[in-house]
Amino acid sequence: MAVSVTTRASRRTLERGPSGWLAAPALVFFLLFAIIPLFGVLFLSFTRWDGLGEITLDGLSSWTTVLTDPITGNALLVTAKIMFFSFIVQAPISLLLGVFTAAGQKYRAALAVLYFVPLLLSSAAVAIAFKALLDPNFGLGPGLGLPLLTQDWLGNSDLVLFVVVFVIAWQFVPFHTLIYQGGVRQIPTSLYEAAQIDGAGRIQQFFSITLPQLKYTIITSSTLMVVGSLAYFDLIFVLTAGGPGYATRLLPLHMYLTGFKANDMGAASALGVILVVIGLVLALLLQRLGGKNRNDSQLEGA
Amino acid sequence: MFNRKLRSTALAAALTLSLAACGSSGPANVSADSPSMWALTGGNQANFQASVDAWNKSHTDQSIKLDFFANDAYKTKVRTAIGAGEGPTFIYGWGGGVLKSYVDAGQIEDLTDFIAENPEVKDRYLPSIIKNGQVDGKIYALPNNNVQPVVLYYNKDLFDKIGAQPPKTWDELMALVPKFKEAGVAPFSLGGQSKWPDLMWLEYLVDRIGGPDVFNNIAANKPDAWSDPAVLESLTKIQDLVNAGGFINGFSSIAADSNADQALLYTGKAAMVLHGGWIYQGMKKDAPDFTRGGKLGFTTFPTVEGGKGDPANIVGNPSNFWSVSSKATDSQKAAALEYIKKGMFTDADTQTLIDSGAVPVVTGIESKLDASPDKEFLNFAYGLAKDAPNFQLSWDQALSPAQGDAMLANLDQIFLNKITPEQFVATMNATIGK
Repeated sequence: MAVSVTTRASRRTLERGPSGWLAAPALVFFLLFAIIPLFGVLFLSFTRWDGLGEITLDGLSSWTTVLTDPITGNALLVTAKIMFFSFIVQAPISLLLGVFTAAGQKYRAALAVLYFVPLLLSSAAVAIAFKALLDPNFGLGPGLGLPLLTQDWLGNSDLVLFVVVFVIAWQFVPFHTLIYQGGVRQIPTSLYEAAQIDGAGRIQQFFSITLPQLKYTIITSSTLMVVGSLAYFDLIFVLTAGGPGYATRLLPLHMYLTGFKANDMGAASALGVILVVIGLVLALLLQRLGGKNRNDSQLEGA
Repeated sequence: MFNRKLRSTALAAALTLSLAACGSSGPANVSADSPSMWALTGGNQANFQASVDAWNKSHTDQSIKLDFFANDAYKTKVRTAIGAGEGPTFIYGWGGGVLKSYVDAGQIEDLTDFIAENPEVKDRYLPSIIKNGQVDGKIYALPNNNVQPVVLYYNKDLFDKIGAQPPKTWDELMALVPKFKEAGVAPFSLGGQSKWPDLMWLEYLVDRIGGPDVFNNIAANKPDAWSDPAVLESLTKIQDLVNAGGFINGFSSIAADSNADQALLYTGKAAMVLHGGWIYQGMKKDAPDFTRGGKLGFTTFPTVEGGKGDPANIVGNPSNFWSVSSKATDSQKAAALEYIKKGMFTDADTQTLIDSGAVPVVTGIESKLDASPDKEFLNFAYGLAKDAPNFQLSWDQALSPAQGDAMLANLDQIFLNKITPEQFVATMNATIGK
């Protein structure tokens, strides 16, 4: 008797999910640290404030300043370029590395640890290290006497964007590799065994089993990559400070410099709102790609 | 089980304590109500530390908490902190428009009465320097370190190598560029990523060509003040120098906070650098053989043919300043004023400054300067500051923060050849009054 009651109760819990109260702490923090400040920023975008004195309501003037400023357009373009190239470079590399390191051999485990090292360093440290290495007068190139490496990597407006993309990839490929490694290890080995019996080769296994099974992992990783590039701030701030000129001044950096260097909190808040909207739209679009049943288990029927 | 938990908690606590102990230096009797002081890393870091350490030792009840920040990081941090009501008791500054913005926001103490009651504080300073801490006739900031004129430093070995003399006129300067390039040396080093080093070129050129009034009109917010022909000519000359290859390869990615720009001079990769008096202290520490071995030369900025400015005029920072936060508690303010009265520019402080290769902004130091092994440079800098008909405060500090930032961003574009001098003037005219 007692046993059947528990079973019924736990089945009901399964159907309805856990109690809504479990979400309460997260909701409270989200409200306190995300929603309320968000409205604060929205309010500030309609004011004029230099960060020190009085906050005065100023209608749409901050918005007109921001939207008519060519530097904003340029910042958007730079952000889009960094987002695009980061994705193009990071996604295939981390997918392949993830698949490679998912297998069990010892040397792969050792390599996985090695690949993981860049993620352990803080962005500021990575930026300072690369800044020193890429210095055209004291860096790696002149130090080793290699003319090929002796470029003005960070001072050349045409090169600098790709240098930034490279450094970002160096730091974040390990993270995405880890996600893919986890994803590949979730794929039941029975699928591969069946494929082998049917005579499928390694490449066919990769395209017919691994890639489709990784669909949701790919979406997760891509979302993090794309939305994450809206937040590449610290690395670029230390590495190039947005320069030379405006060549690497992407939107978050533009927002920071407007707010804390030019002391125009109104315009910076307007930029912040734009940033939030772009982030939300991108995240929603990528989630759509996953289809309606993205939260269902991939293991069913395996 | 419980025992293990307890032990790990204790371990964590001990670790935290030992880490915290690493973070603070000096006597441990600093309390939450001690006055706090934020200063800059670099040349004067050790001098501030020595002064505060000496003070804390003899004033255990009024100990000061001292923290250091890099120049660019500090400028952002302090303003944000003050806006949030979290600023330090001692606010480090440069005077000028930035000081005025703090005054306008009611964030700092009016020190006029304090100075009236303690005339000996005022009397210790060179009069031309103390006026930079005044806003509308009231005293809000007092000088706290050394006089910092911008001078032209050069590497004597490299000049000997090509058999040239340091430039006295702009034409001579331009003529040196191809000679150094031929010898495989960059004519000028420049920390372009930090942007403010670019400004020293514009400040001097405008002064030499048009005299001090050109900038005075800009600072006074006169309409279209940037349209003065001296500004256009200066910007054109800067671009001429850039196009001639006057600045080192990669200058726009060199940050001044890392001191790489000075390193280029003493490692022989660049022949000259236009920089503030403060880098002498850094070079003296990093390359003592270079500064004392007679390889470092220094001179004034060249004249420009037909220019109206007095060649003895200088630009730079008359000094750095302490202001006292009006948001500090009464006991913090009292301690801060007591330190300003008795703890700063003691004989020991003045000597430490001179030993570090700096000229303190106090009177009656001639004999001490003469006794220093760095007397050549110290007397040069002191003489420049004392005899200058006009000592122009760095423009980014003299203007309001919003104007200063726009100016640096647009000047960066000038150095990168991304905009024309005419575009610069038009953009800057639009910021007047902001």
